[in-house]
Amino acid sequence: MKSLTNRSLQVSNRKMTLMERIYLPAIIGGMFITFKHIFKKKATVKWPDEERSRSEVYRGRHVLKRDEKGAERCTACGLCAVACPAEAITMVSSERKKGEEALYREEKYASVYEINMLRCIFCGLCEEACPKEAIFLTKELMPANYERSNFIYGKDRLVEPTDSRVDVSKRQEPAVVMNKYNDK
Amino acid sequence: MPKVTIDGHTIEVVEGTSILNAARQIGGDSVPPAMCYYSKLDVSGGKCRTCLVEVTKGSEKDPRPMPKLVASCSTPVMDGMEVGNKTSAKVMDARKGVVEFLLINHPLDCPICDQAGECDLQNLAYEHGASGTRYEEDKRVFEKIDIGPNIQLHMTRCILCYRCVNTAEQLTEKRVHGVLKRGDASEIGTFIENSLDNEFIGNVIDVCPVGALTDKTFRFKSRVWFLNPMNAHRNCEKCSGETVVWMFGDEIYRVTGRKDAYGEVKNFICNTCRFDTKDLAQWTIEGPRHIERDSVIGQGHYELKPTNTVKEIG
Repeated sequence: MKSLTNRSLQVSNRKMTLMERIYLPAIIGGMFITFKHIFKKKATVKWPDEERSRSEVYRGRHVLKRDEKGAERCTACGLCAVACPAEAITMVSSERKKGEEALYREEKYASVYEINMLRCIFCGLCEEACPKEAIFLTKELMPANYERSNFIYGKDRLVEPTDSRVDVSKRQEPAVVMNKYNDK
Repeated sequence: MPKVTIDGHTIEVVEGTSILNAARQIGGDSVPPAMCYYSKLDVSGGKCRTCLVEVTKGSEKDPRPMPKLVASCSTPVMDGMEVGNKTSAKVMDARKGVVEFLLINHPLDCPICDQAGECDLQNLAYEHGASGTRYEEDKRVFEKIDIGPNIQLHMTRCILCYRCVNTAEQLTEKRVHGVLKRGDASEIGTFIENSLDNEFIGNVIDVCPVGALTDKTFRFKSRVWFLNPMNAHRNCEKCSGETVVWMFGDEIYRVTGRKDAYGEVKNFICNTCRFDTKDLAQWTIEGPRHIERDSVIGQGHYELKPTNTVKEIG
């Protein structure tokens, strides 16, 4: 049947010429291209000895922020989990007991907070959904690992340590920062 | 029978019907929101002012417009009355003001509140409110009081709609809680420490339009949008036994009454059904509830037949 679009090519079974049959010109041509690349700038980076520069708002592994007093900001509202298109976030909430006010900011907190980094697509929607400015993506890369189970990050690896805070000021929208400033 | 026109829709209603109920008979966008009026309770309404409407023509006999906006839940219709709800700019502006007033003392703790996702005030503010606040003073605070093993009171969230007081008054023999003090110091309480333990007192949770009264057995367990609401029933000696069970997998996290489109329960249920019957074997699951498409609870919700009926066929 005739093609409707008239774009299909007819397959030919023609005999190759002598030059084509000995393949040498094609091989030399190919090797010449390879040789040319030796003098070009390398596209690869020798990670981890060398690091490619990343944007200030690069979307790498997550951090659960603490507030100025060191209390966890996350209140387990579940908005990150509902915003997550990859269904990577799960959590269990608990009620803050008396005497834990310095540990948790609100009366409810996440006793378990897990992100499955194999599911995560680093889209940053959790960060956008968070009403408490608790979860942020950071410049840090996700390290590789041999075990699949090690990719489920719990609170031990997500909550920022009190002694080495993660700076996320570059990621906060001007409106949010303004709002904070007005609060004080 | 009087004829009333609301937002251009004309309907004939029974003498003495309120504008709000006439609007509900029309349905759709012409229904004013209501925070305190509850059709199942007598003498409710007239407090929150969210259902304000503009009456542009009083009646056929006296066509003068009413001088001020009126509360549609407590104004009866007149023959030939013309009412503006969504179409009236005055109403929309007034409602925005009402929402702002309601939110003045309402804390911004939706991320913590168990009512979030099915909260009338949240919906109202989303539809009619402004995104910012002009209020700079401190919000009111209360001493926390314990009102029993099943019901959690968060007085800061209360908008003083009196629905729970009416429920206790009309549903139970002896009401032990009420609104104490006056003005912005008014609070829901039992005065002398007392627990709410009537068999039907759990219904105050369902009638509460905000998260002031919540279920202690469900406290911080999950968020409503992660759960699957299913219609279910059981043989109950005390109540109709027709409820909604909120499930997570095969587990029942909480039980509530069946609410209609205006957030009002059809049948009040007893405390045994609500707080003590959380075993799946005790319920007959009828099927998933219909959830509005724009509701957050609808995420990941499929209205398919429950799996046990599928098994019966296969």
